Amino acid sequence: MAQMNMKEAIRDAMRVELKRDPNVVVFGEDVGHVGGVFRATEGLQKEFGDERVFDTPLAESAIGGMAVGLGVTGFRPVAEIQFVGFIYEALDQMCVQAARLRYRSGGRYNAPIVFRTPFGGGVKAAELHTDSLEGLMIQTPGIKVVIPSNPYDAKGLLISAIRDNDPVFFMEHLNLYHAFRDEVPEDDYTVELGKANVVREGKDVTILAYGLMVHTAMKAAAELEKEGVQAEVIDLRTLMPLDIDTIVESVKKTNRVIVVQEAQKTSGVAAEVIAQINEKAILHLEAPVLRIAGPDTVYPFAQIEDQWLPNPARIIAGVNKVLNF
Amino acid sequence: MSKFPFEVQTEDIQPLSVLSPEGEIVNPDMMPELTDEQLKEIMYRMVFTRTWDDRAINLGRQGRLGFYAPVSGQEASMVGSVYPLQKEDFVVPAYRDMPQIVWHGLPLYQAFLYSRGHQHGGQIPEGVNVLMPQIIIGAQILHAMGIAMGFKLKKQAQVAITYTGDGGSSEGDFYEGLNFAGAFNLPVIFFVQNNGYAITTPFTKQTAAKSIAHKSVAAGIHGMQVDGMDVLAVIKAVQIAAERGRKGEGATLIESLTYRFRPHSMADDTTKYRTKDEEAEWAIKDPIVRLGKYLEKKGLWTEEDTARVKDEAKAKVNAEIKRAEQTEKMTVAGLIDSMYETTPQHLEEQKADFQ
Repeated sequence: MAQMNMKEAIRDAMRVELKRDPNVVVFGEDVGHVGGVFRATEGLQKEFGDERVFDTPLAESAIGGMAVGLGVTGFRPVAEIQFVGFIYEALDQMCVQAARLRYRSGGRYNAPIVFRTPFGGGVKAAELHTDSLEGLMIQTPGIKVVIPSNPYDAKGLLISAIRDNDPVFFMEHLNLYHAFRDEVPEDDYTVELGKANVVREGKDVTILAYGLMVHTAMKAAAELEKEGVQAEVIDLRTLMPLDIDTIVESVKKTNRVIVVQEAQKTSGVAAEVIAQINEKAILHLEAPVLRIAGPDTVYPFAQIEDQWLPNPARIIAGVNKVLNF
Repeated sequence: MSKFPFEVQTEDIQPLSVLSPEGEIVNPDMMPELTDEQLKEIMYRMVFTRTWDDRAINLGRQGRLGFYAPVSGQEASMVGSVYPLQKEDFVVPAYRDMPQIVWHGLPLYQAFLYSRGHQHGGQIPEGVNVLMPQIIIGAQILHAMGIAMGFKLKKQAQVAITYTGDGGSSEGDFYEGLNFAGAFNLPVIFFVQNNGYAITTPFTKQTAAKSIAHKSVAAGIHGMQVDGMDVLAVIKAVQIAAERGRKGEGATLIESLTYRFRPHSMADDTTKYRTKDEEAEWAIKDPIVRLGKYLEKKGLWTEEDTARVKDEAKAKVNAEIKRAEQTEKMTVAGLIDSMYETTPQHLEEQKADFQ
């Protein structure tokens, strides 16, 4: 076991897979020589050579298209899109070309690609560096969406994503890269895609979250405990496909739910989670399921992002609403 | 033209031409090495493709084919550009480029199934190195670039060829693909069939560049222009480009000057945007007539041969469209199962609505 922060765990996942499978290639803008703007791929080019880990010219659509072509010739591309807002430039290649390849070819071809991208607010970054665009992706049939909340999961989920034969959009929260260290095995292990994780057990209310919001929810749960409220916190980890069974099991126990996301409130992950709870467990609910989310605006400039993002106080207010319904 | 030494200068170019409209070899130095049998095979493929196009128009009118983009006039560009390739080379088409993928190995009935909106149309047989026709203009250019990167990384002396039109050369993906191919020195051929119109928009409104071939300059790759109604010139151009790719000398952009005799698709009316005079000018350049004249002079082809090939093509098209029509229909459950390698729970549950 080693102590790793989430960035180091992500790098270690790529190292494990580069070592294990000669078809794994890692590339993107500034990814090779320097090791990425956040150094998530630092040292990998030196260790595996510039045909396995390489810098590309600056064009996100071409990075996506190159990944599709490499996948067709038997490679397993791990392509980095430098910041989440730049995926708009690559949406056709990600959501149309990669996501539909299996369907369009009746299974003759597939796109075993991981698109890694940093995202998430609270770091005073430039515009379009921190948006939460997972909602766009969960609407795209054929692609999987994964967001880890800690170093152990990040490594295990990324290894699973690289081994997956379908395209995976792997979003890494900027505020978690260096936030804390965890015990992380140095060898290879996987965390299964499509499985949520109950990170805190409780009987009074379920808080569903992912990414940094898992930690915000945990802070809220600690506060609630002081008031005698036992909150269960579930880290969704994979947003497509969603682990609805784990969610429903918790709903049956607590009968009260809130969903927390950094993304804008409307038509996102939270809305989908609520729709599925409605389909599968509505008679177990004692109160409407609430969303604690960003407002339906563009992601704000840095000056007001701390107010814009969900915080423990807003989560606690939401919990009190569903408890007192 | 500026005389400043610090300004970029480009010169006009002349398209590569081997065969005149009268069927005379005008550029013997650039004549590709082809046996008589190969010359006859090329003629066979062009006549076959024209007949298939004729039949496809009728099948479309009868409702037996769906979306179909006519190819008549472009046979030299299409047949000629895949003829010199090896089986292991990859062909990455746009939607009009059905002849290229069929001549590279896709069974004809599957091309018809694609047009009819059946998934099996895209289920390329093992060992046939083609991708499915691309609908998003220019997206396929990047796939060919990525496939060429795969060839390079695996140290395979193969090339990828991809197709777009004059309209496609305005897309961002076109420039990104050329630039990546230059930066990574990739074995890829970007074959642009400049047929003068992007649906209805004439080439004069598409770009201020001297030619599409000139766009290679900015990417630092090879660029050439070829008479796209001259199948021998097209073959020669692709041979040069493919050989370069195999030798590790990088990518080539080929602009093929051609004309579609028919509308963009079954749904447009050429009289709204082209003149009869222009159509007549291009009809004189017909690639099949041209090669036919050459072969007749060499005693390799007669009108009876053309009639025989047409009959064979009609019979083949009839048999293949029947096979397409008899192919078992798709199901929604089958569609659901083709989204992921393992169908996730939510999709399994959604199947129940369709059983």
